[in-house]
Amino acid sequence: MQTVIFLICAVGAVAAGIAVFRVDSMARATLALLASFVVAAIPILLLGLSYLGVLVILMMVMEMMIMAVFMVMYMMNPAGLMPMKMVHNNRMSLVIAAVVFVLLAAGALLTPWPSGGRATSDPTLALGMDLMGPHMLVMIVIGLALFATMIAVVVLSTHRGRYDRFGDDLRRRTPDDPVRGGLGK
Amino acid sequence: MGSRMISALLWNIILGFVFLGVLAYAAAAWSAFLSARESGTSPVAALAGPGRETARLLIRQRSIAPGADALLARIGTWLLPLAALLAVLVIPLGQHAISDLSVGVVWFNAMEVLAWAAVWMVGWGSNSIWGLVGANRFLAQGLAYELPHMFALITAAVGAGSLRVSDIAAVQEQPGHLWFVVYMPAAFLVFLLSLLGFAFFGPFNQPVGREIAGGAAAGISGIDRLLLLAGRYLLLTAGAAMAVPLFLGGGAGPLLPAWPWVLFKTVAVLAVLVWIGRRVPAVRMERFTEISWLVLLPLTILQALAVSIFVLVGWI
Repeated sequence: MQTVIFLICAVGAVAAGIAVFRVDSMARATLALLASFVVAAIPILLLGLSYLGVLVILMMVMEMMIMAVFMVMYMMNPAGLMPMKMVHNNRMSLVIAAVVFVLLAAGALLTPWPSGGRATSDPTLALGMDLMGPHMLVMIVIGLALFATMIAVVVLSTHRGRYDRFGDDLRRRTPDDPVRGGLGK
Repeated sequence: MGSRMISALLWNIILGFVFLGVLAYAAAAWSAFLSARESGTSPVAALAGPGRETARLLIRQRSIAPGADALLARIGTWLLPLAALLAVLVIPLGQHAISDLSVGVVWFNAMEVLAWAAVWMVGWGSNSIWGLVGANRFLAQGLAYELPHMFALITAAVGAGSLRVSDIAAVQEQPGHLWFVVYMPAAFLVFLLSLLGFAFFGPFNQPVGREIAGGAAAGISGIDRLLLLAGRYLLLTAGAAMAVPLFLGGGAGPLLPAWPWVLFKTVAVLAVLVWIGRRVPAVRMERFTEISWLVLLPLTILQALAVSIFVLVGWI
C-alpha cells in the first residue's frame, strides 16, 4: 500500500515537474510546480513525519501563490499575461540538469544510510535532533543572519527612505507616504 | 482496517459534510436576511434567497471569455469548497473528529491556505482584468492576516500543549479549567478576523468587490459561480466550527451531551461572524496591512508569550 502511494506520488511529482516546462503560461507553470511540491510532500507523511509533511504543503501553497504574482509581474512580454515558452538556453540547461541529477542520485545511492529503523514515539523530534541537534546554536545564528539580510535587502531596494517620509530634518510628525496605511500614518 | 470501520468512517464523513452544508446555507440565509432588513424588503422571504440563487446558477450556462484558462478556473472553483471540506476533517463534533490527526491545527491552516490557490486560479483563469485584480487583492490581504492567524492558532496549541484539535478541546473540558477564550481573548478575536479574511467576507470582500465588477468572480457564471460562492460560506462555516474546540471549550456545557453544544456554539460564532460582516465597512488591503503588521502581529505575539507564561506557572 505504502509502495503504491509512493510510486503514484513519485510519478506524479516528476510528471508535474515536466509539465512546468511544457505548458505555455506563467500561471500554469507556477501551479504545476506547486502540484509537484505538494505531491512530493506526501512521501514525508508516509515516513510518519506528519508535522513536516503538512507544513511543507502549507508553506509551498503560500509561497508558490506569492511566487505566481511575481512570476507574472516580472516576465518580459506584457506582464507575463501572454502565452510564452518556458524554456531557454536549452543545451546548457540540459547539461546542468544532468550533472545535478547525477550528483544527487550518487549522493542518495552512496550515502551509508543507517539500517534498521529505531522505534521512536516522535519521529519529527528525532529527525530534528539528528539533523541539527549539536548545531542548534549555529542554526539560530544563521536564522538571525538570514533575517537581517532580508531586512537589509528591503531597506536597500526601496527608493524611499526616512528623509522622504519624515522630511530633511526628520521633524515631520506623520510620514508622507504615497499609500496611506490604516493607522493614519 | 475492517469493512465496518470503513463504513463507519464513510458515515462520519457524510454526516460531517451534511452538517457543514446545512450550516453554510444557514449562514448565507442569515446574510440575506440581514441584507433584506437593511434594504426594507421582506426579510423572511430572503431566507429562501440563497436557494433561489442556487437554482438560478444551476440552470445558467457557463460563460467562457476568449483566451480564458478554463482548466485553472475549473480547478480553482472546485478547490475552494473542497478546501473547506478537507479543513473540517479534523474538527471534533462532540467527542470524535472524522480524522483526529496529531497535527490537526497545522492541517486546518494548510487546507485554509488552499483558498489562496483556488481564488487566484479562478481570478486568473477567467481572463478578465478585474478577475486578476481581485485575485491579487486576495493574496495581498492574505499576507496581512496569515501571520497573526498562525500565531492565534499556535497560542491555542501552546495552551493545550498539543496540535491535536481534540486534545485542545479536552483541556478546556476538564473541571477547573476555563475556556481558552478567557486566557487568550486577543488570539480569539484575531482568529475570527482572519476567518472573515479567508472567506473574503464582509470587511474583506475587496477580492470580489463591487468597484471592480465582482473581481475574482467577475468572469464566471453558472455552476462555477455557485461553487465559488458556496465555497466561501463553507470556508467561513469551517472556521466558525474550528473556533469552538480552539477557544470555546469544545463540547463543554451543562445538561446536554457534547455534540449539541458544539453545534450550538458553532451556530453562534457563525451568526456573529456574518453579522459583523454585514455591519463593518470594507477595510482596504493597504490599510489593513498596516493595522495587521503594526498592531495585530505584535498583539498576537504578546498573547502567545502571555499564554506560554501561564502554562509555565501552571495556570492553564
